[in-house]
Amino acid sequence: MDLSSASSQLNNSWVQKNNLVQRRKLKNQLFIIGALGITGLLLLVLFSILAILLINGLSGLSLFTLSHMTAPQGIKGGLLNPILGSLFQTGLAIFLAIPIGVLAGIFLAEYGNTRMVSLVRFISDMLMSAPSILVGLFIYTVIVIYLGYSAFAGICALAILAIPLIVRTTEDTLRLIPTTISEAGFALGAPKWKVIIFVCLPIAKGGIMTGILLAISRIAGEAAPLLFTSLGNSDWSWNIFAPMTSLPLIIYQYADSADDQWVQLAWTAALLITMAVLCLNIVAKSYLEKGLKNKRK
Amino acid sequence: MPLSYKNRFQRKTMLICCISLYIIMVNIAKAESLKTITGVGSSFAAPLYQAWASEVTKETHIQLNYQALGSSAGQNQVLAKTVHFGASDIPMTEQKRKNSNLMQFPTAMGGIVIVVHIPGIQSNQLQLTGSVLADIYSGKITKWNDPAIIALNKNQNLPDIDIAPIHRADGSGTTAVFTNYLSEQSADWKTNYGSNTSIDWPTGMGGKGNSSVASIVKNVEGSIGYIEYAYMLQSHLDAVKLKNKIGQFVAATPITFQNAANAANWDYDKGFNTNLIDVSGDQVWPIISATYVLVPIQEERTKDVIQFFNWGIQNGDKITIQLHYVSLPDSVKKKIISLWKDSNLTGQ
Amino acid sequence: MTNVKKNIDINRKASSSSWFNGLVWISSFLILFIFIGLILKLLWGSQQAFATFGIEFLTRAIWNPVTQQYGAVSAVLGTLVTSLIGIVIAIPLAFGSAYALSEIIPIRISRIVTPIIQLLAAVPSIIFGMWGFFFIVPLMARYVQPFLKHNFGHIPILSALFSGPPFGVGLFTGGLILAVMITPFIAAVMQNAFQNTPVLLKESAYSLGATKWEIMRYVTLAWSKKAVLGGIILGWGRALGETMAITFVIGNANKIGWSLFAPSNTISSLIALEFPESATGSLKMSSLMGLGVILMVISFLALFCSRYLLRQSERKLRGN
Repeated sequence: MDLSSASSQLNNSWVQKNNLVQRRKLKNQLFIIGALGITGLLLLVLFSILAILLINGLSGLSLFTLSHMTAPQGIKGGLLNPILGSLFQTGLAIFLAIPIGVLAGIFLAEYGNTRMVSLVRFISDMLMSAPSILVGLFIYTVIVIYLGYSAFAGICALAILAIPLIVRTTEDTLRLIPTTISEAGFALGAPKWKVIIFVCLPIAKGGIMTGILLAISRIAGEAAPLLFTSLGNSDWSWNIFAPMTSLPLIIYQYADSADDQWVQLAWTAALLITMAVLCLNIVAKSYLEKGLKNKRK
Repeated sequence: MPLSYKNRFQRKTMLICCISLYIIMVNIAKAESLKTITGVGSSFAAPLYQAWASEVTKETHIQLNYQALGSSAGQNQVLAKTVHFGASDIPMTEQKRKNSNLMQFPTAMGGIVIVVHIPGIQSNQLQLTGSVLADIYSGKITKWNDPAIIALNKNQNLPDIDIAPIHRADGSGTTAVFTNYLSEQSADWKTNYGSNTSIDWPTGMGGKGNSSVASIVKNVEGSIGYIEYAYMLQSHLDAVKLKNKIGQFVAATPITFQNAANAANWDYDKGFNTNLIDVSGDQVWPIISATYVLVPIQEERTKDVIQFFNWGIQNGDKITIQLHYVSLPDSVKKKIISLWKDSNLTGQ
Repeated sequence: MTNVKKNIDINRKASSSSWFNGLVWISSFLILFIFIGLILKLLWGSQQAFATFGIEFLTRAIWNPVTQQYGAVSAVLGTLVTSLIGIVIAIPLAFGSAYALSEIIPIRISRIVTPIIQLLAAVPSIIFGMWGFFFIVPLMARYVQPFLKHNFGHIPILSALFSGPPFGVGLFTGGLILAVMITPFIAAVMQNAFQNTPVLLKESAYSLGATKWEIMRYVTLAWSKKAVLGGIILGWGRALGETMAITFVIGNANKIGWSLFAPSNTISSLIALEFPESATGSLKMSSLMGLGVILMVISFLALFCSRYLLRQSERKLRGN
């Protein structure tokens, strides 16, 4: 009697334990499947965006679109001026941002750990997280009010967005360089600037390049800071002090219009800018990986 | 080491070449683009100015860059001198114009139409009055089968769906004219919301520019919106018949617009002010607006702006009518041209 | 003679070194000046609004250009609600993918999949706006809102959340798009934190018979919770200032209501739309600048929090 009750109790607890193990296993499997499902979902979202862009954008992509300026409603137009405008403004903005960003990055990495250095690093990080529309607002109040809407103002706004990104990557890559290398330079009697320019920068070239490419891909797709700076232009002008359009601005203006042709152009513009940005990103990342592999060797 | 020096030399020359090339290009461009004029403002007038521009560029060296940011932007950006001219559907107050030495003249007139997206209802089938419209936009009428709407449309089969009122989100002359109309039709609207380029809308969703409002109405079932006539044609939306001052339900057509325009009085001395809202007359469309241009009198580029609009007003009538705007009466045109002559703005 | 030349050379070296120093310092100062200028300009511009409305500017839910009465509440609330909806949706997405990519999927595959998911972070925000406008908005208007209204419309509180005509735009649509945008950022931080968890801890848990999920829940997550939280706040900060993804789908109506599907507005969208049309020196422009100040303050607070948390977890990593 006693024995059998004990045995049944044991049996019970064993079943309970088995149940617990089963439940734990089930829970484990559920979460694993959930996590895999979410990863799949994210991939699906990315591919759905790309697919929508390709389906809607490709049909408008033709030699005509690439070689003609935008036109008023009702007349067939192209995307030549926004493409040129995007290249022009992004290019000059990066041209402006590279020296400032790299030099400030050198300051953060090579000029000790003074209070000034940490202040600049802190401010640069703040600038990186500043909403881009506020940068446009700032440029409006300091440049557009005096010079009118111009590509120049747009370039300045984009440069402000690019600088902190370049600063960050330059600093990070320079910090990875072993101090012994620059010390070897100093031992040969080279002044600091020579060591930095001819020893450190060539080694850090890959990392800095990655940063620059990522900065380009970030600012190329920006529309918010251009709204009140470069305004948009239905024609093309090389004048840097005239308004200029760009692909993101054209998307902003055309996407929610009621004109089917304009909507089509917006899709094509979206396809062009997305492909450009994604390609830049992939190139930048592979550049970085190659650099890391070389360093490991 | 020598190699790196050589490299540096090459890089330097490359850099210098690039910079000088750029400077040359800017200079060439400056000479070339001297005649580009930049204007912002009314999206109501945008299709007209852009269509004029594509003709003007063929005949003269003037290029127009017109951005439809809304009438408020047109007035305020020309005051801030960030553009060569501003365009606005509502005249600027005399005080403001005098202070900044601006000249104002009208370029054309056009009708604002009410468009709806209701399943089963085609163009010009639905009939509304100004006060019902005011009740819809103030959120008092929320269903399409509301008794007030059914009373006006006994023959129609109106569905039981929510009304989605669409308005302009940017400061717009079209909004000013439309809300002005609502204020005249409904005392409630006047006291609660008033009329302005942008107001504190009690309900509904906003779109930027005429174009976006048209696109939203196209996409949202049960929506109603107010846009310029040309945008309605372009996006194939269904219009609504409105009750005019003498009690007729009229459809929006160029003819009913013209009827309204004929009844207009122009105040030549006050910047061509005119009131075209709900004028009385047979077959008159109640919501009509003139559209104006503002230019600074003493700016060097103003002559180019005037040259552009001189073409538009004198030779642009064909395009104006093609796009279903109403061109200005000859007497007004003569006044504008003589105003330009007096200020020494026409002729090189 | 050669000695003199050498001396000149050395002098030149020294002087050009200071020239280089000068450039470095100027660039760094430029960054400081840009930032300080940005803050000062915003504060200066918003002065008039704060002087006119006082502290009430922060508590009034009105945006009336006719009577010139402006208050920040509706735009601030719109910004906070959309970004919070975004975060709430993004957390499980980011966590799931980070978990899968760091612990479940074999390294060889995850090394390919991770950068692909990170590509989502590179897509320009205006593209998300367009995708939302043409894809998500009709989906919401035609299926999601009618479905929710039909099934939950009779439950008191929920019915308020889903009320209104089916525009398809509004807080929920905005939040959903923000969620997709910020998920890769949060996932990157999480994945990094999960991979940095000491293997020793995980292995000891395995030896006690823990399942994979239990290790995630009780070991990895516990160990990296500060970094995870830091990543979440980082993503939130990014969602706050987003303009272009939101402006197409928010509906541009300065209204406060319970409905998640009613048109609303955010700070950045309001600035994008109304800034060009406000007269220089007007109360409206000043109020928009005031909104800019508020946005700046909120996003910097988010940055502070995330930096603080991430630095703490970094210290922990170094300590180990």
